[in-house]
Amino acid sequence: MKYFGLVWKNVWRKKARTLLTILSVFVAFLLFALLNAIGHAFKAGVDVAQAERLVVIDKISLINPLPISYRNKIASTPGVAAVTHQSWFGGYYQDPRNQFAQFPTEPYGYFEMYPEHVISKEQLDTWAKTRTGAVVGRELAEQFGWKIGDRIPIQATIWTKADGGRTWEFDLVGIFSTDDPRGTTAFMLMNYDYFEEARAFGKGTVGWYVLRINKGADPVAIANAVDNEFANSPNETETSTEAAFATSFAKQFGNIALIVQLILGAVFFTLLLVAGNTMAQSIRERISEIGVLKTLGFTDHTVLGIVLAESVLIMLIGGVLGLSIGWVLVQGLGQQMGAFLPGIFLGPSALLIGLGCMIGAGVLAGAFPAIKGMRLTIVDALARR
Amino acid sequence: MSEALAELKKVSRVYQKGKDKVEVLHELDLVIPKGDFVAIMGPSGSGKTTLLNLLGGLDKPSSGTVTVGAAGLSSMSNSQLSRWRSTHVGFIFQFYNLLPVLTAQKNVELPLLLTSFGSAERAKRATIALEIVGLGDRGKHYPRELSGGQEQRVAIARAIVSDPSLLLCDEPTGDLDRETADDILRLLQILNREHGKTIVMVTHDAQAAGFASRTLHVDKGKLEQRAAA
Repeated sequence: MKYFGLVWKNVWRKKARTLLTILSVFVAFLLFALLNAIGHAFKAGVDVAQAERLVVIDKISLINPLPISYRNKIASTPGVAAVTHQSWFGGYYQDPRNQFAQFPTEPYGYFEMYPEHVISKEQLDTWAKTRTGAVVGRELAEQFGWKIGDRIPIQATIWTKADGGRTWEFDLVGIFSTDDPRGTTAFMLMNYDYFEEARAFGKGTVGWYVLRINKGADPVAIANAVDNEFANSPNETETSTEAAFATSFAKQFGNIALIVQLILGAVFFTLLLVAGNTMAQSIRERISEIGVLKTLGFTDHTVLGIVLAESVLIMLIGGVLGLSIGWVLVQGLGQQMGAFLPGIFLGPSALLIGLGCMIGAGVLAGAFPAIKGMRLTIVDALARR
Repeated sequence: MSEALAELKKVSRVYQKGKDKVEVLHELDLVIPKGDFVAIMGPSGSGKTTLLNLLGGLDKPSSGTVTVGAAGLSSMSNSQLSRWRSTHVGFIFQFYNLLPVLTAQKNVELPLLLTSFGSAERAKRATIALEIVGLGDRGKHYPRELSGGQEQRVAIARAIVSDPSLLLCDEPTGDLDRETADDILRLLQILNREHGKTIVMVTHDAQAAGFASRTLHVDKGKLEQRAAA
């Protein structure tokens, strides 16, 4: 700490140059924050996936439905503790821009399968009894200002009603929440029985099944048993863990994680060149000063540490600013786009990784000039004046 | 004669320049007693600065031994030499070599960063050093706000702040006008006579050398000693 004053003064030796470098660091870490948050949205399902839940989909494609008759067969598979099903509704509220996920499902079956989603027993019972009832997550309710008792019209993009209409009206009977900050509640659940009865086509099918296995049971053996049960049938199945399902679901949009990593890689590579050049220039300009410091008794390693500290400090100033502004923007983005792209979130682990990147980039950018400064002999350094 | 502070025995310094070897000092013997004020004169390239660098542990001899106080500099590692310099020797350069980003006070405090003193103690000692050189009121000024003579005084304060026994001055008045130069040389005399500092000063200026107790002449890497006037 006693060298901090010297390090600080050296950092601001050329204010314009330092500010421009800090600006480039700021932009890099702002992008880091935003891309991380968006990347998180695409893999949010993977993060909250639980090992004891398996998902059964059609072997050919997720968009192919499965017969409702599979439910009892899956439930009777040894090791399976519970089964429920969901379907993709694909509608919007009032305006096509107000897209969010809606799933027709079984009221009791769903909340038994997903204990992390919390709803009062009273609201759950009401939903089960109300054929046109629906429940929504707190995020979604807050987004659209919905309250219990509202009648919510959803425009279907896939499922026309038997009467030819495309507007489905649901009575909001409950609002659920989650205690997992990584998870999202920006979706709507409707009563499958009403959906099944009112839709014009696809009757007797569901989108996919979710099953919970007994504690300690072998998920691979159970997945194989389920798939074997439906082998050589018109609808063969593919059973995987919830995490694998969420990953393949996210990949429908492209390999977002890879795209994010490639963009960040390019940004950080450029950042290293910019910051490295700044540090190299800064050291070149004060070689004789380094000679003076060594003359006064500063060891080679102290000089190395001072130069590295300057580089890391520049990264920390720009990086902390970038992450902070990024965090604020992510909060706003989450509110604006929460329904369309739920799970936009910048968690503590991303912030810690960001901090690690700042220190790592600082050390890398400062390494070459710092080693050069360390290796300078006093006689050579003083002769450079 | 009083006890020797520094002693060079058969010291040679050879530099490699491309394929050629250049001998700057040749089997030089020198004893500098405690409390001495020695001026070293000689033509450019005669080896004056090399001699100063060897005495200050900034460079190592190719052969021979350099001893200052109880320390055998020739056999010390670079980090040992760094630690030794921080407490035993102060340097004063022709171009002052102050750090432009630091105030006079902070420049003087620099050597104390290598000690275990806290910030208050460092500030106190730096203030005393600045008062000794007559710049007690200039602590908050940056080097660019000081005259050449004042900058050199700050450099002297930095050299004495750790209370070293030996001061090495390389052309300390080479960049100053006559009047200012004489002020600086009188200050060095005070440090020598009243504070007991042993001073070795390299200079081209015979008038500056007149402020020393004796003058040594170096030419072609060899030493010639004459009595002071």
